[in-house]
Amino acid sequence: MNAVDLPSRSEIEDLFFKEAALLDEWRLEEWLELLTADAIYEIPPTDVPEGDSRNTLFIIADDAVRIRSRVKQLLGKSAWAENPHSRTRRMIANVRVLGAEGKNILVTANFAVHRMRYESVDTYIGHYVYKLVRDGDRLKIMERRAILDNEALRPHGKISFIL
Amino acid sequence: MIESAETYIVDDEKAGLFRVNRRAFTDPGCLEEERRRIFDKCWIYAGHESEVPHAGDFRSRSVAGRPIILARGDDNVVRVLLNTCTHRGAMVCRQKSGNAKTFQCPYHAWTYNVRGQLVGVPGEDSYSEAFKREDMRLAAPPKMDNYRGFIFVCFDRAAQSLYDYLAGAREYLDLVADQSETGMKVIAGQQAYSARANWKLLMENSYDGYHGLPTHQRYFTFLADTGIQLQGNNVPISARQKAVDLGNGHAVLEYQSAWGRPIAHWVAPFGEHRKSHFDALRRRFDERFGPERASRICETSRNLGIFPNLVINDIMAITIRSFYPISHDYMEVNAWALAPLEESSEDSKLRLDNFLTFLGPGGFATPDDVEMLESCQRGFANREVAWSDISRGMKREHPAITDELQMRAFWRRWNQLMTEPQVKRARKAA
Repeated sequence: MNAVDLPSRSEIEDLFFKEAALLDEWRLEEWLELLTADAIYEIPPTDVPEGDSRNTLFIIADDAVRIRSRVKQLLGKSAWAENPHSRTRRMIANVRVLGAEGKNILVTANFAVHRMRYESVDTYIGHYVYKLVRDGDRLKIMERRAILDNEALRPHGKISFIL
Repeated sequence: MIESAETYIVDDEKAGLFRVNRRAFTDPGCLEEERRRIFDKCWIYAGHESEVPHAGDFRSRSVAGRPIILARGDDNVVRVLLNTCTHRGAMVCRQKSGNAKTFQCPYHAWTYNVRGQLVGVPGEDSYSEAFKREDMRLAAPPKMDNYRGFIFVCFDRAAQSLYDYLAGAREYLDLVADQSETGMKVIAGQQAYSARANWKLLMENSYDGYHGLPTHQRYFTFLADTGIQLQGNNVPISARQKAVDLGNGHAVLEYQSAWGRPIAHWVAPFGEHRKSHFDALRRRFDERFGPERASRICETSRNLGIFPNLVINDIMAITIRSFYPISHDYMEVNAWALAPLEESSEDSKLRLDNFLTFLGPGGFATPDDVEMLESCQRGFANREVAWSDISRGMKREHPAITDELQMRAFWRRWNQLMTEPQVKRARKAA
């Protein structure tokens, strides 16, 4: 028996699709509301996709403070890599509810995120692993990991938006 | 001042003007010359010995456009081997990293040991007496050497030693290597990224003190938000800030910075609970090196550029960054984090956090650098504007870190190599 009621796939899809829309529309303040207060956001390096950010150099390993700072920066004027904002379009698929870990719900999905800027299209391919927690009738994201299949950020050069 | 389309730089000491012909960034022919005159002649960083800590460990990567293998043999010797079968050319190592006793070419199953010796040839009796295994070992670059764990190769047999080549840069590599009593290590995880820009723009950018505030305003705002005092950071000239031409095209900026440093420069955001631990680390440096050098190691930051394509920035963390042009307007970049072997896991986590606030393709600074370099490269399409200006601080007796002395050191060496007459090698008789 699970410690928590596992959500249905469609409930998770609703969350993923809503999140994708908020990020693609640069509604980052609203996106933050999907996260728990202590949420983390991580992108492992392309050569150690299963790595642990405590002992591995990640691309992004944001704690709650840095996630909020990142959003503030991206909505400000001096995050030059995203001023003007890129266009992004996310395709989320293969959503699966993996199970529970105590109160946390583990879910995964594949992603293809296209980033359009200066007439180049760069595609980030990979999968998400999320830890979710129930907060009343809502699901909140407490851990959000984007694991890239790209072997290098080439020719992307950077991950300057929220992947 | 004489500017002609043929010259690469204008270096007018008297007038205090320094210009770089943008053709150096935009001309594919120039890149072809660079491959021959610079990347085939200079010592090029290949890796760090800590990346292959045990006998049989290997890493395969591209160095100066060649696929190579960095490997530690069963004799514990670290070698760089050229990753091509001496038979018909296939790459004998097709894994990124691992531990091996042999490399077997998948094409015809020739087998080499990790020292590079050919140890197996299927059907060897079909070869003549003249065929000798000893002649067919995996090739190596003509020169390879290690300075305090940093491994370099050189494809020019006649080149000076690595020790002489590094010149004044050795002092600054020492300041990094001395941060450990047992040796430095590259932390797992390679940041493999790129920029749609000429490779030399990244060298300029990596020790450009002038761009710090305008380009990285968001980083300094982040620091301020975390409670770091920024006053003093913008003092124009102080005794503890300098830009130094280190010879052979290498240069460094050294300065006191607002950010905390995992080696023993505590700041409030690191937490009160860490203060006594940092004090203890700091005292150990005093004991080892005396107060002056200890203070230099711990409280100053350094942006070091080693000609032509290696950057070691010892700032809020230590990054090793190397880059290589794929075309005149596109480079591949690799970056690693370096730390003392004996660092505790808690300190290591702090170091990585500190690294990621600024550095790397997802940091709060590097993406904006990439953006600026790409913006320069696009701007160069305006061929009517033929020259870039790198004159800043040229008439100052002691150029500041926000001046451009370090770039002039790079460009003078670059220009020398690109324009000096080349001795034509007599063709060997067949």
